Amino acid sequence: MSDGTPVSAPKKPRRELDRAVVRFAGDSGDGMQVTGEQFTTETAWAGNDLSTLPNFPAEIRAPAGTLFGVSSFQIQFGRHRVYTPGDRLDCLVAMNPAALKTNLSDLKDGGLLILNTNSFDQKNLDRAGYKTNPMDDSALAGRYRVHKVEISRLTKEALEDLSLGTKEKERCKNFFSLGLVSWIYTRPIEPTVTWIKKRFAKNLEMVEANIRALKAGYHFGETAEIFGECYGIEPAELPSGLYRSITGTRALAWGLLAAAQRSGLSMVYGAYPITPASDILHELAQHKRFRVRTFQAEDEIAAVGSVIGAAFGGAIGVCATSGPGLALKAEGMGLAVMAELPIVVFDIQRAGPSTGMPTKTEQADLLQAMYGRSSEAPVVILAPATPGDCFFVAYEAVRLAVKYMVPVLVLSDGYLANGAEPWVIPNPESLPEISVGFRTEKEGFFPYVRDEATLARPWVRPGTPGLEHQIGGLEKEHITGHVSYAPDNHELMVKLRAEKVRRVAQEIPATTINGPSAGDLLVVGWGGTLGAITGAVEEAQMEGKAVASVHIRHMNPLPPDLGQILRQYRRVLVPEINSGQLVRLLRAEYLVDAVGFNRVRGLPLATSEIKEAIDQILKEKE
Amino acid sequence: MSEATGVKEPPRYTKKDFESDQDVRWCPGCGDYAILSAIQKSMPDLGIPREDIVFISGIGCSSRFPYYMNTYGFHTIHGRAPAIATGLRLARPDLKVFVVTGDGDGLSIGGNHLIHVLRRNVNVTILLFNNKVYGLTKGQYSPTTEFGKMTKSTPFGSADRPVNPLTFALGVGATFVARTVDRNVAHMEEIVKRAAHHKGAAFVEILQNCNVYNDLAWNAVYDRELKVMHELRVQHGKPLLFGPIDDRRGLVLEGSKPKVVRVKDVAEGALWVYDETDPWAAQALALLTSDPEFPIPVGVLLNVEAPVYEEVLIDQEKKAVADRGVGDVAELLTSGDTWRIP
Ligand code: SF4
Repeated sequence: MSDGTPVSAPKKPRRELDRAVVRFAGDSGDGMQVTGEQFTTETAWAGNDLSTLPNFPAEIRAPAGTLFGVSSFQIQFGRHRVYTPGDRLDCLVAMNPAALKTNLSDLKDGGLLILNTNSFDQKNLDRAGYKTNPMDDSALAGRYRVHKVEISRLTKEALEDLSLGTKEKERCKNFFSLGLVSWIYTRPIEPTVTWIKKRFAKNLEMVEANIRALKAGYHFGETAEIFGECYGIEPAELPSGLYRSITGTRALAWGLLAAAQRSGLSMVYGAYPITPASDILHELAQHKRFRVRTFQAEDEIAAVGSVIGAAFGGAIGVCATSGPGLALKAEGMGLAVMAELPIVVFDIQRAGPSTGMPTKTEQADLLQAMYGRSSEAPVVILAPATPGDCFFVAYEAVRLAVKYMVPVLVLSDGYLANGAEPWVIPNPESLPEISVGFRTEKEGFFPYVRDEATLARPWVRPGTPGLEHQIGGLEKEHITGHVSYAPDNHELMVKLRAEKVRRVAQEIPATTINGPSAGDLLVVGWGGTLGAITGAVEEAQMEGKAVASVHIRHMNPLPPDLGQILRQYRRVLVPEINSGQLVRLLRAEYLVDAVGFNRVRGLPLATSEIKEAIDQILKEKE
Repeated sequence: MSEATGVKEPPRYTKKDFESDQDVRWCPGCGDYAILSAIQKSMPDLGIPREDIVFISGIGCSSRFPYYMNTYGFHTIHGRAPAIATGLRLARPDLKVFVVTGDGDGLSIGGNHLIHVLRRNVNVTILLFNNKVYGLTKGQYSPTTEFGKMTKSTPFGSADRPVNPLTFALGVGATFVARTVDRNVAHMEEIVKRAAHHKGAAFVEILQNCNVYNDLAWNAVYDRELKVMHELRVQHGKPLLFGPIDDRRGLVLEGSKPKVVRVKDVAEGALWVYDETDPWAAQALALLTSDPEFPIPVGVLLNVEAPVYEEVLIDQEKKAVADRGVGDVAELLTSGDTWRIP
């Protein structure tokens, strides 16, 4: 890319790498998320494939220097496909002792360790619980390639003649680090310069300061003797197209906007603030031009209530929440099941139970999504596999909801929500049709007559003359929709509601099998573990093992060909970030002896641990 | 968007047009029958096409109401009707939305939603039937039941202090607050119509008799004789008067506190002339309900204007569209940093 060239070509030797994993770690106030995001943009410009993992504390302003106040941003980038943010680090930037302490164990032996020496003072060492200064520890230098850089001082020096206060100058140090790491990995810094200009447009002094800090870091790498070489990573061979970087949060929001535009329906988005779902509300609230009406409700219950009201009125009703909020929405979703109204609920899963670890990821709401409502209340459940996939899944959720007149639940997670990936921008025209036919015909109208193919009941907009009718949470008589307590009618309606959800199976495309169509092991995944599973399975395949994987996006109903596929392999392994939920469903549904690989640490699964599980299960077979 | 494009000429309706074909299932003698009849009777005068009217309710005896109205209706979840109505108004500001609730539905399980629909001033007409008891669940005390009352769930007398629905509504910033009585069909009709025409959230408490679990709880305003001294008709611009014709009583304000006087004892002009646009007056008057020394006020206590929630949102939307045009997803997707891979 022409505009992707660095400010000046590095003069030191450049070594080519296939891939690299870099983590910026520092205090919550050190701007590590911005640093990581900018490094990501630079890397996207450089044409590499990439995957990111932001990791930050739930506390808004955690006390400076503490272990629990550490915030980090990890990225893996490479010249081939990159499936995950990476397991082990090639480079760790630790802005203070706490960041070193909490992150060092992930650094590979021989990895690059960049320390901001100015922050290793007694106060910070105490806060991090270091008895002696780890920088003086010779073992550290023996195990890693340690670069002690006076990041704070060098930043301040570069900004010396600016009139900013010392604190403000100090705050620019993250851009120094970014500049330095950008030089180390030969990233173009232009996109960051552009970003700084835009971000601080109202404060030209800050523009100047941050750009100077960035360039100072870059040139420090170039000139300081401690850095003997830099690294290049050739652009990846990605499918051609126009790309952007997208997070799962933004993709969900934009998928909704695409669905609203395509269907011509108006949209009401009701939400109560909850981490990490709130960002969808923030995103949508900006887009008034798309005629999406966002409503910050008084609680989770009101949020789902408002979207049920909107759906009753003939609009797309969407709400989003996270684990504990989903529990509060159970009652409302039950009403939507009974009233057969099309609503969409996003659950951005987080580590629980209860408040748990709000900013950490998990996949433990699957069974809640399946069964967490009173009585028999089936809903359609979808799960996006990557940040970019969130766009298509949000769109599909709306399409299915209005086609089948059924609530659709989307299970995303904290990792997908905050993670970003390079994304081929789709043409909205190429998305499937969302056809909505509001009933206006009086002849033969009853609120619960059903479409033969989908079993959907008619959607009637209030305001349609002659179709006035009353519905509600009481059991409905088949066809007429009158209140009915008749035993046989209830059984029929329970079955019809279940059958309607089952019929969504006719919408599910054939399952893609990654690997041989029969063999020793099938790895079955869902949600944000796609990258880690694919990486591990491909490694096993390269070792000549008869291993394949499938990734499920339609959780309920499950893909109609899944049972058949499962039987083609001797063993089935199901990695999940929970204690074994999909594996239970598969065992119950298909009577296969699937086994789980389960970690619940609030972190994404690592490729290496899945690979070990694969090796283990293959060994058992012998 | 769904806003009606032209003004529809509503047909000439009669009460019958608003009666649904469903069997009414309240206990014989229940006050809800009179309320239903009064509301059906007031509908033709609203001048709104029947298909543009929606009744939304929660759970409880009162909440069966939508089934009996030949309009669009939605019987939802316990306490949640205000939230559902808010979503409906956001999607469809062209519709006339009523919420029917009760003292348990609206003030206990749904208290939170009632607070917020009123404070946001969403354009809905809320009718709260207050019978001071849980009827559908067979006779437990409710949040409006008087202190010390013996019910199924309080065999030794209730220990809860009751909430006064009017001070509640005023306290959370409702813009229209009124009270009427199920035994007075003409008054109910008048109040329901005024409430329905209010721009914003209108709150009407309807004193209702549950003849099965709390018979004659409102006898003070039912009984011909008691009523004379216990019902205070509130009328805008008029002095607050009650009592026998030959010995009228009135209210005067002593500082901020109302006081009952014999009309003949006070000078002309000393009586409290009620101003329904005065929120201070409304608070003072609403408080009387909890005080046995005073009559029970009935009528419109407050009627003021304030921005309507959904109208503000829609204005923001219109402005955004006027400034930068209707959003286009293809444009959005390619906005910001993009790069091409050949
Ligand atoms: S229980 Fe009371 S309120 Fe309910 S229907 Fe019977 S009389 Fe009316």
